Amino acid sequence: MNRITTLYSSTIGKKFIAAVTGLILFGFLIGHVAGNLKVFTGTTDAGVPHVDEYGQFLKVAGEPFLPEMAGLWIARLVLLGSVVLHIVVVVQLAFRNLEARPVGYVRSKKAASTLAALWMMFSGTLIAVFIVFHLLHFTVGALPIGEFQHGAVYKNLYSSFSNPLIALGYVFVMGVLGFHLYHGVWSLFQTLGIDNPDRNKALRIFAIVATIGIVVGFSMVPLSFMAGALPAPVDYDPALLGH
Amino acid sequence: MKIHLHIWRQESPDKKGRMESYDLDGVEPDMSFLEMMDVLNEKLTGEGQSPVAFDHDCREGVCGACSMVINGQAHGPKATTTTCQLYMRHFKDGAEIYIEPFRSGAFPVLRDLMVDRSAFDRIIQAGGYISNHSGPKPDPNSIPIEPAVQESSLDAASCIGCGACVAACPNGSAMLFTSAKVSHLGMLPQGQPERFERVASMVDQMEEEGFGSCRNYAECEAQCPKGISIAFIGRMNADYLKSKLIEPVDGRGKMHAQ
Repeated sequence: MNRITTLYSSTIGKKFIAAVTGLILFGFLIGHVAGNLKVFTGTTDAGVPHVDEYGQFLKVAGEPFLPEMAGLWIARLVLLGSVVLHIVVVVQLAFRNLEARPVGYVRSKKAASTLAALWMMFSGTLIAVFIVFHLLHFTVGALPIGEFQHGAVYKNLYSSFSNPLIALGYVFVMGVLGFHLYHGVWSLFQTLGIDNPDRNKALRIFAIVATIGIVVGFSMVPLSFMAGALPAPVDYDPALLGH
Repeated sequence: MKIHLHIWRQESPDKKGRMESYDLDGVEPDMSFLEMMDVLNEKLTGEGQSPVAFDHDCREGVCGACSMVINGQAHGPKATTTTCQLYMRHFKDGAEIYIEPFRSGAFPVLRDLMVDRSAFDRIIQAGGYISNHSGPKPDPNSIPIEPAVQESSLDAASCIGCGACVAACPNGSAMLFTSAKVSHLGMLPQGQPERFERVASMVDQMEEEGFGSCRNYAECEAQCPKGISIAFIGRMNADYLKSKLIEPVDGRGKMHAQ
């Protein structure tokens, strides 16, 4: 156990936790963006939007082994735990880094650092604030933005993103997320000791492609609603969702 | 050529420092940066002022003593070059040049541009050695080593321990230095017996010295006078995690099947 505690107290150990939780959250983003794209696939014959069906599927995922909502809550707790750990270790490291250089430079010129890497704490903070906002907006429905009806994903999206301010705000945050991923997705492999000169180029390209895919995929939803490229929602019998 | 210098002056570790400006005329383009500093110091001494203290030794780029941050970059604007190998022809006539010490909490300023880099010595002492028999000399080349491994190990061994990586890192991390010292022994067959013990002790000592954490900026690699790759940091991360998570603590204990 002693080894584990020294590992946790070391900067490499904390970075290891940041990398593993970052990888979990990156995996979640890929699933999230894939689910969002169901907005574009239309409705079933009965008139239920595919994205609403997908939302219902998440609620009953794991049935019959798990009761309704259990699978979803397990996933939520894993994600929440990852976010909290990710933030805790990174903030601890940030304080340590401030102490590591008590007197700064009068002149400082970067030879290699990218803005994405230098601004990880800013982009991360903004993303953390956004996560709270986003959950209140589309999961809880507690914000006075558009109409909100539990389970009616397509209708909620349409209602909120018809407002260009909200849609553009979401697109802006996705740009910031892209900044975070551009550095983070590669950085985690280096931290885990998986990167080496043979794979470096492949991992860098992977990080860039994944970042572009995630940012474009997420942004297309609010932009399409804002531009009026998607049809208005049609009311349907909620009983149709479960079947 | 004529230059305008802004230099960090600090009398002792516990005194407060400040930037001071000096104009220096008659600088030859073929002077090394340190020779220019010598000329400045002669001028200051002649005027009855105290000369600027700075570290230097071999003046041929191999000892790692010189340690200035010049215009915001460790060892100045030229890549893979130590301060002593930097020449005044690399600057324009009339240039403004800012000279500061290597900034790190673990490298306290002793005076002006001199910093105490004993923290690096303590990291080396924690595990930068191999165990060797002291008997008869073995046959040369009696231990086969893959050429690529040998070359890579020599790349790591080219670290002169100057501390530019710490000075350059936005977080003040010493990961590049420590990883080079861990790797140049850990990659060779002679370094295997202590491989995991070494990485654990050297990293733990590095942590104790109060250096910052690595955020994979690669700023250290870009400003390292020997161009040492951050690939060694990745390698050290892997070995450190193995030493803490996989390598057995008790390799000899009895085990039960049920």
